[in-house]
Amino acid sequence: MTEAVKTADVEELLRYTSIDELYGWEWEYAKEIEIRGKIGRDIIEEISKVKKEPEWMLRLRLKALELFNKLPVPKWLTGIEEIDLEEIAAYVKPRAELTKEWTDLPDEIRKAYEKLGIPEIEARFLSGLTAVYGSETVYSKMKEKLEEKGVIILPMEEAVQKYPDLLKRYFARIFPPSDHKFAALHVALWSGGAFVYVPKGVKIEQPIEAFFFIGGSLEGQFEHTLVVADEDSYVHFIEGCSAPLLKKYSFHDGMVELYAARNAHIKFTTLQNWSRDIINFNNKRGIAKENAIIEWTEGSIGSKITYTYPSTILAGEGAKTSNIVIGIANGPYLKDTGSKVIHAAPNTASRIISKSISNNGGINIYRGLVRINKGAYNSIANVECDSLILDESSMAYTYPHNQIEEPTATVSHEAKTGRLSEDQLFYLSSRGLSEGEAKSLIVIGMLKEILSDLPLEFVSILNRVIQLEFSEVGGIG
Amino acid sequence: MLEVKNLTVGIKADKIKNVLYNVSLSVAPGEVHAIMGPNGSGKTSLLYSIMGHPRYVILNGKIFLDGEDITFLPPEEKSLRGLFISFQHPVEVEGVRLSTLLIAAKNKRAGESDLLKISDVRMIRDMRQLAARIGLKAEFLRRDVNVGFSGGERKRSELFQALYLKPKYMLLDEPDTGLDVDGVKVIAESISSAVSEGVGVLLVTHYARILNYVRPDRVSVIVNGRIVETGGPELAQLIDREGYSKYGVVEVDGSG
Repeated sequence: MTEAVKTADVEELLRYTSIDELYGWEWEYAKEIEIRGKIGRDIIEEISKVKKEPEWMLRLRLKALELFNKLPVPKWLTGIEEIDLEEIAAYVKPRAELTKEWTDLPDEIRKAYEKLGIPEIEARFLSGLTAVYGSETVYSKMKEKLEEKGVIILPMEEAVQKYPDLLKRYFARIFPPSDHKFAALHVALWSGGAFVYVPKGVKIEQPIEAFFFIGGSLEGQFEHTLVVADEDSYVHFIEGCSAPLLKKYSFHDGMVELYAARNAHIKFTTLQNWSRDIINFNNKRGIAKENAIIEWTEGSIGSKITYTYPSTILAGEGAKTSNIVIGIANGPYLKDTGSKVIHAAPNTASRIISKSISNNGGINIYRGLVRINKGAYNSIANVECDSLILDESSMAYTYPHNQIEEPTATVSHEAKTGRLSEDQLFYLSSRGLSEGEAKSLIVIGMLKEILSDLPLEFVSILNRVIQLEFSEVGGIG
Repeated sequence: MLEVKNLTVGIKADKIKNVLYNVSLSVAPGEVHAIMGPNGSGKTSLLYSIMGHPRYVILNGKIFLDGEDITFLPPEEKSLRGLFISFQHPVEVEGVRLSTLLIAAKNKRAGESDLLKISDVRMIRDMRQLAARIGLKAEFLRRDVNVGFSGGERKRSELFQALYLKPKYMLLDEPDTGLDVDGVKVIAESISSAVSEGVGVLLVTHYARILNYVRPDRVSVIVNGRIVETGGPELAQLIDREGYSKYGVVEVDGSG
């Protein structure tokens, strides 16, 4: 980062007085290519051509398109009918060349990241950063010392060109497009995102981040993240996302695939803060081999509707996973979240923690699946669902589901629903806090332990976002 | 001056049930006004009504704080203007640490928009010193508000909060129950020293015990939602000896 970049520092960021001020209204930015229309072969061939893709990737996209056309819309999804795929741009390339210098980016694009203090956070706390605007990666950089260790952090398109063997082995393999319609749509249209490879024995101390920004109305974003952690390695990947307030909605259908080889440890944290005009669909799955660890922490704060179910397949003996899913639905919004763990090897352990907060008409839904295959001896699974409902107009539902085929397995499930009482609210307000402030303290408190291993600056920003989210100023009443 | 004038209050249930009738009283800066009365007479209702508990509906009357009509202000506004209520049975608030609550309350008063900001390490140091003075172990600052606190610890925590936030007027609801004699002395000394610095105290108590340590300037007796007598400290002594029988109240066991 050069001195010339004027960037909002974390302090400045903490001074926003409302959540709307933080998002801001959508602004114009120059586009180089925009592809819209019925999702079909033409569109996909065009995208593939723009990216100068090898044949195998085009074939993969077309196979996914076939599946997309064939698969039904999942019946259990609420609100998905609001999306009109023909209305949404399948591909938007902003007029900006991929760079390693923030100063190279056009002002109106750089602004999106500076507003949120991303360049400063990168310089101080990250090993590498990939920034996606619309459908393309506009910035990608890794700290030099990682290069020496053989770490790869690349925009996904570049990885397709440079590392076809690795990509063919993992891309859309961990989460195949045949899983459901929106996974197929994602693979057909994917664009932008980050590829990370951590070589054997390399432990990356500072996190790597990918930051996704949707700049305008009626845009589709289909970014793809793939993290491959080789044996005995460690990496913490953070993804963040945001968008301004839009005149119309936009659609995000992203995918994250994680592969943790023997003894590898991947920590994957999502801080989702889309504006209220984004419908957010995620496809997240990891495979953990022998004694590997995968930890998902998914914080869904923003968006109009979010569907996200980070999942892990425990494929090797002794593999472990911890899936923490946090949903905050404040206002007439839906957080449809959950987690899936498949125990496919002996002595595997999983822990799912779901924490939901519903306020001001918000709805949280938890959908969970714990499957223990026959032969996954002595596996242990724990599920905890903790729902906090802050007023009469809000709701929380939990749909846990277990499929246990192994008699030596131990599975436990705990569910707790708490409501904020009038007396608790009175207590806090008698100390000088407004209702919104009191609620934000409770929410921050509910999340504090599970967010404790994030860098402090992230926690400060998150705390601030939650305070703004619940503040009455400029909020949605 | 905190003044309550002709306050009539109902509590929200299926229909409104009256709990206070035409109550008038006042407390000046640096003054202690004790409110005594048998169980269920309306002592707590009075403090809740002054502070603005949402279940209590003011049907008639006014509340003035240093001349300003605060009758219908929300509790947080009353708090910011200098009122503090210590609860007889404070609720547990899971998720909010005692120290976090006080930092937020302090920041709110200082006009700091980030309620969690620790702008000055003295915030924490002062808190620790004050807690030690009240006999509250420092570890309680890290605990969630009232969660797992004993009765006595809650009382210490309530007064600790009062002293930390430095209100103009304290509404103290049975501040000594659950404490042993040494505890009562510590609490009473802290109240008295706040009073000597100009804080006005409305002190609700069933028993006269605490009034042996915190000398009231005035004592009012409330029975069935009405103030039936107001006098000097000698009135508390009289009640200590004879109970509330002279007001037609027979208490089998004065628990409460």
